[in-house]
Amino acid sequence: MPALTSTDGGRAPSAPGRPGPILQMRHVCKRYGRVAALVDANFSVRAGEIVALVGDNGAGKSTLVKAIAGTHRIDSGEILLGGTHVSIGSPADAASLGIETVYQDLALCDNLDVTANLYLGRERRRQRTPFLDHEVMEQRAADIIRDLAAHLPVLDVPVSALSGGQRQAIAVSRAALWGSKVVLLDEPTAALGVAQTAMVYQLVRRLRDRGLAVVVISHNMADVFAIADRITVLRLGRNAGEFLTSATHPDQVVAAITGSAGLPTGDESP
Amino acid sequence: MIEATTHPTASRVTQLVSSVPRPRDAGAVTVGIGLAVVWTAFQLLNNNFLSARNLSNLVLQIAVLGTLATGMVMVLVLGEIDLSVGAIAGVSAATLAILITNAGVPAAIAILAALLVGAAIGLLHGSIITAFGIPSFIVTLAGLLVWQGVQLALVGDGGEIPIRDPFIRGIASSYIPPALGWVLALVLVTGAAGFRLRRRTRRLRNSLPVATLASETVAIAGIGAFTAAVTWLLNSYFGVPWVLVLVLALVMVCGALMTETPFGRHIYAIGGNREAARRSSIRVRGTTIAVFMIISVIAALAGIIEASRQFSASNALGGGTLQLNAIAAAVIGGTSLFGGRGRVYQAIIGALVVGSVQNGLDLLGQPAAIKNIATGVILVIAVVVDAVGRRRRIARGSTD
Ligand SMILES: Nc1ncnc2c1ncn2[C@@H]1O[C@H](COP(=O)(O)OP(=O)(O)OP(=O)(O)O)[C@@H](O)[C@H]1O
Ligand SMILES: [Mg+2]
Repeated sequence: MPALTSTDGGRAPSAPGRPGPILQMRHVCKRYGRVAALVDANFSVRAGEIVALVGDNGAGKSTLVKAIAGTHRIDSGEILLGGTHVSIGSPADAASLGIETVYQDLALCDNLDVTANLYLGRERRRQRTPFLDHEVMEQRAADIIRDLAAHLPVLDVPVSALSGGQRQAIAVSRAALWGSKVVLLDEPTAALGVAQTAMVYQLVRRLRDRGLAVVVISHNMADVFAIADRITVLRLGRNAGEFLTSATHPDQVVAAITGSAGLPTGDESP
Repeated sequence: MIEATTHPTASRVTQLVSSVPRPRDAGAVTVGIGLAVVWTAFQLLNNNFLSARNLSNLVLQIAVLGTLATGMVMVLVLGEIDLSVGAIAGVSAATLAILITNAGVPAAIAILAALLVGAAIGLLHGSIITAFGIPSFIVTLAGLLVWQGVQLALVGDGGEIPIRDPFIRGIASSYIPPALGWVLALVLVTGAAGFRLRRRTRRLRNSLPVATLASETVAIAGIGAFTAAVTWLLNSYFGVPWVLVLVLALVMVCGALMTETPFGRHIYAIGGNREAARRSSIRVRGTTIAVFMIISVIAALAGIIEASRQFSASNALGGGTLQLNAIAAAVIGGTSLFGGRGRVYQAIIGALVVGSVQNGLDLLGQPAAIKNIATGVILVIAVVVDAVGRRRRIARGSTD
């Protein structure tokens, strides 16, 4: 089980040495019938880095994320995790590789409480029994929620009683609890107000600070520039630009998204 | 960021909130009140209703219904339904009777065979539902027709197969000696107390909020008093029926399965949000097949109990309103037809409500017509009370 307890001070591998990408996708193609959703797409993310994946509607962002998350298989191309080839055929495969996903449409069970949702599909049992270890799960859920400073009331109410932002916080916390390498977030703030968006992005930054590789899909340029270290643009299923947030003006990214200008300048990707 | 609640205050609030006794299962309170109303009304109309003799009869009468309702909760929580449990009970009873009466097989082996027939039927239902993605409503409706046909064919022209085996006959008509009844009651109460106190200790060890020792003691005393009262009452007639022990054991096993194991947790998860369950690597198909096997085995068990009550397997066994009453009992007990919500032990109280209404109207000499109408009306009342309660809870901001 991926260990993730409250103190993770010693884990911050990203800083000066610029290690290679933890996750890499090369020449990935994916068709849905006659629709080519991804065409020879390349993508990479390092540990301790937030990459924003942007592009117009239908550009292939969700398809790329689903390929990593194991809900869809790619037709061709390769996926490397930590430099080795991996084949991700199911959500369980992704999970066992340390990859966690927060989906565009929330994947919580409304009838279950916060703790049960955090441990969904990975329930802990008491030693050498088939029985749920309620207490340890509740205790650790409280830890992770406090650790991420997510503002949640009691943990034993069904999540249907929570606000959109609180529910999104649970989804992100679940990714934080289980993702040991890569966390993917598909439009995590699409339905949220200003304060709740800030809260979710705060959580996302904490994930990066723990040394995870984070991929965020968003349509909101201001948000993208506020949190991302790097921006990857997709257009009609193809790569349409790579930008370092610190050295880029939003207009350049918008131009790449819409295809209204020549290719970008700030290409510094590996 | 909203509301800068720091952790210490938050946890103090949590502790405060949880020291107030919360009705965790609002549904249990509702159905409990419902049962109290029904019992009071019938006792006022006929003061034999709460007699030892009548309550002992009531226990025997609802054994089959309660058994079926227990399985029905599991299927409904999964977000599915089984319309064929009555017919499966019929096939199981017919199998049992043929093996014992016509083939002279020992009772234990015949029982095992009847349960295996149930498991096979459930496997078939579950496989068709998951392999082709057909709604369980349709598959089990077809199952109802098919298994009723099989039951008719098995029972044959005579219309019923008598059962003379004393063990089978004894299942639904023998009683525990009073002393042993008290021993079992003591075991039950000690077990419940031990479970609650152990849970409390574990929560304390993990520094989680707990109810006060006083309220825990009151709860245990309540369980003890109730168990003692029931035992005393039944002992003052013939004793605790064995079939009550059987049904209680089934309820406890299924209840533990639902709330204390990952398997049960997955049933709730699939009923709550199937896609979320799938994305969380829960084996949705496997769980669905397993649940249909469980309810079919439970239906087969109900068939054995009913055959024992009737001393025969008839071609009417499991027919009539039994199937629908099983669903009604589960729903009256607070189980949602939309999946994700319901408790096994509440369904037993629901079965008690349905059984009490029928028994009470029998005592008053009312015909079947009135019994059916009354059961239907109570079902509607239960659903309305539940819907109103849920709307109020949503308005207060705490839904479930
Ligand atoms: N399950 C599917 N079946 C068929 N076509 C699909 C499916 N999912 C996506 N597509 C198509 O693939 C293309 C890429 O879709 P994708 O969902 O990846 O876009 P996106 O970049 O996430 O868009 P949005 O910003 O609207 O979420 C689109 O043309 C879409 O119509
Ligand atoms: Mg998308």
